[in-house]
Amino acid sequence: MSVATKKPSPPPLTEDAILLEPILHTGPKFYITVAVLLSVIGLGVYAYTVQYREGLGVTGLGRPVYWGFYITNFVFFIGISHAGTLISAILRIVGAEWRRTITRSAEVITVMVILFGVGNILVDLGRPDRMLNVIKHAKFGSPLLWDVCSITVYLTMSTTYLYLPLIPDIAILRDHTNKRRWFYRLLALGWTGTPRQHRILDILISVMAIIVIPVAVSVHTVVSFVFAMTIQPMWHSAIFGPYFVVGAIFSGIAALICAMALIRWVYGLGEYLKDIHFNNLGLLLLVMCFAWFYFTASEFLTTFYGSEPTHMTIFWLKFTGPFAPHFWTMVVTCFFIPVTILAFKRTRTILGTVIASLSITVGMYLERFIIVVPSLSQPRLPHAEDIVYTPTWVEWSILAACFAAFTLLYVLFTKLFPIVSIWEVQEGREKSVAEVTERLKSYLPKSQPAPARPEPVGASK
Amino acid sequence: MAKWGMTIDLDRCTACQACVTACQAENNLPPTGADDARRGRNYTWMEMIPFEGEGERPKAIERLLPRPCLHCDHPPCVKVCPVGATFRNEDGIVGQIFSRCIGCRYCTTACPYTARYFNWTTPSWPEPMGKHLNPDVSVRPKGVVEKCTLCHHRLQNARDHARAEERAMRPGEYSPACVESCPTGAMVFGDLSNPESEVSKLAHSRRAYKLLEDLGTEPKVIYLREGD
Repeated sequence: MSVATKKPSPPPLTEDAILLEPILHTGPKFYITVAVLLSVIGLGVYAYTVQYREGLGVTGLGRPVYWGFYITNFVFFIGISHAGTLISAILRIVGAEWRRTITRSAEVITVMVILFGVGNILVDLGRPDRMLNVIKHAKFGSPLLWDVCSITVYLTMSTTYLYLPLIPDIAILRDHTNKRRWFYRLLALGWTGTPRQHRILDILISVMAIIVIPVAVSVHTVVSFVFAMTIQPMWHSAIFGPYFVVGAIFSGIAALICAMALIRWVYGLGEYLKDIHFNNLGLLLLVMCFAWFYFTASEFLTTFYGSEPTHMTIFWLKFTGPFAPHFWTMVVTCFFIPVTILAFKRTRTILGTVIASLSITVGMYLERFIIVVPSLSQPRLPHAEDIVYTPTWVEWSILAACFAAFTLLYVLFTKLFPIVSIWEVQEGREKSVAEVTERLKSYLPKSQPAPARPEPVGASK
Repeated sequence: MAKWGMTIDLDRCTACQACVTACQAENNLPPTGADDARRGRNYTWMEMIPFEGEGERPKAIERLLPRPCLHCDHPPCVKVCPVGATFRNEDGIVGQIFSRCIGCRYCTTACPYTARYFNWTTPSWPEPMGKHLNPDVSVRPKGVVEKCTLCHHRLQNARDHARAEERAMRPGEYSPACVESCPTGAMVFGDLSNPESEVSKLAHSRRAYKLLEDLGTEPKVIYLREGD
């Protein structure tokens, strides 16, 4: 047998070769990062083994503050997971051409961070060994079951939605690299880039982009229902569904900006993740700042004006009571700081948007915290002791480990797959420039030789 | 079917807390100290709720209200349980299946009366208390929610007795430990569905009121107002 049947090797990747760099070359910095992240994760794992052995008594929880950090983490991480899929889907549907380099990094956030949303619920269980009772004895009247359903669907769909646009890039890896060939060959599903394959892929991506939006909205609505369906003061509110969705998109965009800035800096992708991307996302973030403020103001004003005593107790806990530092820090970091930075073109730089995003991330964690904890702190019936919830080292370690594990998964993803979609950039270069020019022309009146303009008759009429 | 419930006469209650102690012994509640109480880790299925009374301190009249689980007819806790570990049985008693509970504590946050308890650690008793637990009541493992069961085991015993003797259950044959221990007879227990029972009559008296009545939970523990 000769080698005559060997496939001709594909044309080398010249322009976008830098996007394969992280996959091909691994330096000492990578190992240092992984080591640091692993040690934080190790601490979290140790903390959890202590909790598993001793029970939830090792946390700061008690009666009546039955929920604390873990539930806050759950809401926070599920919120962050909104960044990716939802934003990417919306940008794809509206045909925003600047999306091409950022959609991948957004979609990865969704898939990776949702694991920690679910994980925190499991960490919070008193009997994690019995978690399958949720399936065995499923009771669909409970909002927690709604969560189980919608998060499972969301995880499946957003993973598919991440994978589909990844296929052509995996094929590029299969053809251009010698690393892990069996792995890429398997995942590329025989992609050769024929027009038919492209057509099918385009249809699938469009369909997924449309379906995933209502699913994403449902996920965070249902998360809010866990609280809103009870009759506890300042939880039992119809605004919670949309309020949580807005907060989720808000914190999600902030997380995306942070992730993009890190990728840009670490892998030197300044040519791909440009000022304009940060500027556009910054504008989106600014809009969300106002949306978030609108919802927050509506919620608190309604409570205040109605002045029901049980609600007002919780209201004052947040406004002037023990949770006032959290509350006012939240208002400053979620609204005043980002708006000041993002409103002006001069400060809406990469550094500016990153500072605003970090501020929002802190603020939104506090927001989740002061939704969960104060409503439980002052139950309707008076309590002999004032219980102050103070998280212990176990809860702090597990929180830190969640952030570290999320970062680690993200880093590992960038070492296995291109974090900027190569084929979509190529497609943009080759096809879209012409397409957009055509599209723009179609918006405008057809240019004809201008007819001689008739003089207006009876100009005074 | 009977509809078990009780009335608590606040004129007769002296806040002696015999009911709290009786419940503790009957239901194998682990003893806890002041430190646990400060962290919200004490187990008091029957708890004294302190209400600020009239007047200024130190002369203020402090009011204490004994609060078991109120066994609501529309229990908010039952609705939210994802695994059906808590339920309202045909007698109207809100029960808890310890061996099914996953410890998510959704019911504990949903209960407006904070009448549900969580086992933060494995319960323990100093010697020799551990040797004298009530054999009729299971000791709960760590990580599950527990609550007042209206001494459901006593109902089962009474039923078994009646069945063995081939007769109907007699009024007063089943009564929870708290009610039995009350030295002033402030607590009256019985079948609310029988209009002739004492508890039924008291529950319909002018003084009767329900705790947080406006929430629509329809508690079956009914209080009799003070000062008549």
